[in-house]
Amino acid sequence: MGARRWSGVVKVASLLAAAGLWQLLTVTDARLWLTFDRLPTLDEIAGEAARRLATSVFYLDLLQSLVRILTGFGLAAVAGLAVGIAVARSPHTRDVVLPLLEALRPIPAIALVPVAILLFPTDEQGIVFITFVAAFFPIMVSTRHAVRALPTLWEDAVKTLGGGRRHVLWNVVLPGILPGLFGGLSVGMGVAWICVISAEMISGEFGVGYRTWQSYTLVDYPAVIVGMITIGLLGWLTSAAIELIGRKATRWLPRAEGSTA
Amino acid sequence: MTTLAQRTTTAEAQAGLGFHLEALSLGYSRDLVLREIELEVVPGEVLVIVGSSGSGKSTLLRSLAGLLRPYSGRVLAGGAEVAATSGDRAMVFQDDGLLPWRTVRRNVELPLRIRRIPRRERAAAAHAWIGRVGLAGSEDKLPRELSGGMRQRVQLARALVGAPRAVLMDEPFGALDAQTRAQMQRLLLDVLRDTRATVVFVTHDVDEALLLADRVVVLERQGIRSVIEVPGPRDPDADRGELRARILEEL
Ligand SMILES: Nc1ncnc2c1ncn2[C@@H]1O[C@H](COP(=O)(O)OP(=O)(O)OP(=O)(O)O)[C@@H](O)[C@H]1O
Ligand SMILES: [Mg+2]
Repeated sequence: MGARRWSGVVKVASLLAAAGLWQLLTVTDARLWLTFDRLPTLDEIAGEAARRLATSVFYLDLLQSLVRILTGFGLAAVAGLAVGIAVARSPHTRDVVLPLLEALRPIPAIALVPVAILLFPTDEQGIVFITFVAAFFPIMVSTRHAVRALPTLWEDAVKTLGGGRRHVLWNVVLPGILPGLFGGLSVGMGVAWICVISAEMISGEFGVGYRTWQSYTLVDYPAVIVGMITIGLLGWLTSAAIELIGRKATRWLPRAEGSTA
Repeated sequence: MTTLAQRTTTAEAQAGLGFHLEALSLGYSRDLVLREIELEVVPGEVLVIVGSSGSGKSTLLRSLAGLLRPYSGRVLAGGAEVAATSGDRAMVFQDDGLLPWRTVRRNVELPLRIRRIPRRERAAAAHAWIGRVGLAGSEDKLPRELSGGMRQRVQLARALVGAPRAVLMDEPFGALDAQTRAQMQRLLLDVLRDTRATVVFVTHDVDEALLLADRVVVLERQGIRSVIEVPGPRDPDADRGELRARILEEL
């Protein structure tokens, strides 16, 4: 058996073992130090999932959360990229913008909820704003570092071929920072989900986070677990999409031929 | 094809950018590499720079390109002070200067894109140059898929495709085998016969210097040690024993 296939078997077995352990603990209503008696069994969760998947509210929630995260994250990607490049390449911009950003950075985005509520006319905009702030910093910081790490040789080459600042930006900076940028986008997407879900739990009507919290207050525990799984899957899907696009965009990176990476 | 052809003829008409170095000192942060050097590069000549490693050959070339500001003194190109880089002074870098995310074709097309030359013309010119440097068939490869010598030839094509008035070449044939090297030297001489571009060429190889040069500049730490005229038609078979010995002695 190939090493690859064996590793696949191990992965599946590990997941199955975890699921089995969950089932064992919940079916027996285990009360160790942790209490499992109020947590749903796998078949209860599966039943609830099937019921939810048949309702239109489930899809409305999904759509709502996706719109929120993609808006906030999309704005953060554009702004983080622009500010990161500007700060790295223009000392003047750095002096004006960086102190402000460094002062705001330590504040967790979720702590901005009260300000967001006061600032924006609707909850919807507030949630997008918080998501934006959360994703902005990792994207901006990774862009900035990636620009600073660019070898000057590429820029010199474009300049001696007659290129100006704009050519350097399009032909060297933007493609050259892609490997570093995608790291920032991944991290940004992760924190964006945390913030969307938390913000939905605090304010908002509709959304996967809102629904999950509402199920908890209604003592509908299987629905809570279904909500959690939905959130997990959404997070995984969006990260995987970024990873895939990142790989496609950086095919030119030197790779050991025949390596599995 | 007309635009590029016209462009090339314009370049020919004004061919050969001369350089004038006045009391030029170059260096990095604290260290001066070259001190108050004086040098005239005649339009259309091939000036070869030799000198030991670290003597400042690349540094000098970077200042001619406009990539390095003088510590003091002046560099004039075509009578005007060099304040920035220009497509008229193309450079072939000692280290691999290709953009790794662009294929061979797109690397070679870059200077033409920068000049907004239409797509079809760009493609035709790039295709022709890639063929001339012996890389036909590798158009769609990425730099990482090429050998060091192939990458140097792509750089050569990219520098020459835009018909610059001066070409600054930093050990461009260093990674080539003897046979390809001889081919590229011949190609360069052919091109120069057509375009009359000025060439400043850095090499460690004295035979290469003698083959290509109108004049050889021997650089040493801090300055120019000597300037040696290489007379006569460029002929790979000519006996240059005496000159050769002289340059080796200066080195
Ligand atoms: N970017 C830089 N920053 C600081 N010092 C530098 C830099 N580039 C070169 N130097 C120094 O300047 C001196 C001349 O370097 P240069 O690269 O011009 O030499 P070279 O003649 O081209 O050598 P080689 O034949 O090895 O290419 C060296 O002492 C080197 O340490
Ligand atoms: Mg050098």
